[in-house]
Amino acid sequence: MNGLFAATSLSEFLSGLTLPFAGKLSPLWVLLTAALIHAVILINIFAILPLFYIWLERKVAGRIQDRLGPTRVGGKFGWLQTLADGIKLIQKEDLAPGAADRWIFRIAPYLAVIASFAAFIVLPFADGWVAVSLDVGVFIILALMSLEVLGIIFAGYSSGSKWALFGAMREAAQMVSYEIPMALCALVPLVTAGTLNFGEIGRMQAGLASNWLIFHDPFTFIAFFAYFTVATASVKRAPFDLAEAESELVAGFHTEYSGLRWSFFFMAEYASMFAVSGIAVLLFLGGWYTGVDAEAGLTSFRGWMPNFMVPGFTLGNYVVNLFGAKVFVLKACVLVFVQIWVRWTLPRLRIDQVMTTCLKYLVPISCVLFLGAILWPLLLASTLKRTTILEQAPPLGRVIVGDAARARPALPVVASSPQREAAE
Amino acid sequence: MTTDMLFWLFAALVCGGALGVVVTQNVVRMAFWLILSLGSVSALFFLLHADFLGAAQLLIYVGGTVVLLVFGVMLTASGPYMQIKTSAADGLLGACVGGLLLLVLVSTISAMDWSQLHPAGAESIAFTERPEGNTIRPLGLAFLGLRPDRPGDGFSVKPAPGYLLPFEIVSVHLLVVLVGAAYLARAKRRTHASDDSLSA
Amino acid sequence: MESVGLNAYLFVGAVLFVCGIVCMAIKRNGIGVLMGVELVLNGANLNFVAFAHYTPLGLDGQVIALFVIVLAAAEAAVALAIALNFYNNHLTIDVDRGNELQG
Repeated sequence: MNGLFAATSLSEFLSGLTLPFAGKLSPLWVLLTAALIHAVILINIFAILPLFYIWLERKVAGRIQDRLGPTRVGGKFGWLQTLADGIKLIQKEDLAPGAADRWIFRIAPYLAVIASFAAFIVLPFADGWVAVSLDVGVFIILALMSLEVLGIIFAGYSSGSKWALFGAMREAAQMVSYEIPMALCALVPLVTAGTLNFGEIGRMQAGLASNWLIFHDPFTFIAFFAYFTVATASVKRAPFDLAEAESELVAGFHTEYSGLRWSFFFMAEYASMFAVSGIAVLLFLGGWYTGVDAEAGLTSFRGWMPNFMVPGFTLGNYVVNLFGAKVFVLKACVLVFVQIWVRWTLPRLRIDQVMTTCLKYLVPISCVLFLGAILWPLLLASTLKRTTILEQAPPLGRVIVGDAARARPALPVVASSPQREAAE
Repeated sequence: MTTDMLFWLFAALVCGGALGVVVTQNVVRMAFWLILSLGSVSALFFLLHADFLGAAQLLIYVGGTVVLLVFGVMLTASGPYMQIKTSAADGLLGACVGGLLLLVLVSTISAMDWSQLHPAGAESIAFTERPEGNTIRPLGLAFLGLRPDRPGDGFSVKPAPGYLLPFEIVSVHLLVVLVGAAYLARAKRRTHASDDSLSA
Repeated sequence: MESVGLNAYLFVGAVLFVCGIVCMAIKRNGIGVLMGVELVLNGANLNFVAFAHYTPLGLDGQVIALFVIVLAAAEAAVALAIALNFYNNHLTIDVDRGNELQG
């Protein structure tokens, strides 16, 4: 059952909760309530982050071009500009061109939004704060993010417009190519960590910033920059936004869209920017840890108000996790800011240059990085007699040992069935 | 209970998507129904505690193969929203044969007593019993030729074979096939272009 | 309520298989035939994984399903290259037009 939408920690909390009028919740209701709460929280994050990022984009673009950006709506800094834009977009007429394949034209924005939202389901915001904790977390988030391209291809194809079709073709070619270096770059820290579970990767990087996987060895350091380049391309941000190159294709795949459906594409794009930045933070930049070992000072606080409302639930732990979630979102926002900064600084590439960048440069670079990341511990083990440069850094394979210890109760069961019957 | 409800939901989506692929005439709509069907199959994999396989299904099938097929549709479309209609007779014949085939399959499956597959007292393999369905490590070890899930008992039961050789063969095969496909798609286009230049 | 067992998954696999076969048989669009092949392979895959879960087949079922997925990707690449060649030669993707070898 954990497979689809188990809400482990929250459902544990709910199943321990004793309501004043209804008593304990039944397991089915616990599961449904936990799933509902997770969905509501994630949808809120999914909706609010783009609002903030679109405001940030306009503000940063303004400053880079030596103007002020939005200043009027909602006070001095134009905080509510995006909300006003959103209200305007809702009021607009929902048009579909006469040449369009109506049915697919209408459904395509939802496909893009669903794929982009689904990535948030496995993205942890703090230690244990994840809707679905899967051991294939990193793998499945890459899989889900690769589905967004389908919505864009359908949108471009069904518009019945040459510009949109060209945009969709470019997008398809670009995404299929860039998935390969993206997966290879993500593999570099994964090889070091020895797990695909986001939670375990995050916990590995606790403590000082030298524990972050980006500083683990030279290959992960380069892999971070390679990953970030590929991630920028995979969310079709400038200088790789060939699918919507407005100087050649009007607006690319969303030329024919208007109103709310048009804004869905933007929501998906900005949410994906956050998702790829979040993956970068988790895989390279220490996840929800500050990097100055502030968590060590908070350890004593973790025990504050134990068994609050429910046995086993510690309020202090919750507050520390809330702090961790803030750190995580802040780090991801910094990376999103860099993406916006790059967009307004660099000119757009040509489509053949985009493909050359990927196939002739990024794929070989990521292959070399992957090979290097595998050989690095062997090199260190043969020269320095240990698998990390820094003495105090956790030894490689710590997680594997921990995982084996965790799995040990299950292994004897595998070995022979009589033991299992005896145990039961 | 919830697992059952989820199974019926996704089973309905799988079957509905597959029927949509058969019934629809427009290729791009067919691709949409195919995505629905294959995505729901990956959800069924998750319900069967095969989490790695479900993710691989999403990444390779839905995100890779179907995108490739839609790309193929765009490259081979001779007009907007190309439709090559199936004749009604073909459709009727196909429906009859398909219905009969389904009848045979369903009656065979129902008549079969699958519990015979379990040797006396044996139980299913332990890794699937783990509720979180963690199959990455057993799968990875199996591809390296180790089988911790079936070690054998050292006497009568031999340890199960690993999959190192098939894995290597498949990876080389994949490389050869992709190089071949790239060559095949490219060589013809070149002759086509040279024909054009000759005629011009 | 009766719990879902092996048979339910096999029925879904059978429906996928039959839909794929019919799709391969009646579609005249080459890409449509390819989609039928994908459906057939998925039906088989679903059966493998269901057997892996419900019977002592165990891990072997999942390994074979993974091989099927990988080979299906290779198959799609080659088939698409053939379809492109067919289109370049016949200027259509209608498989009924590929009848030059008919006696």
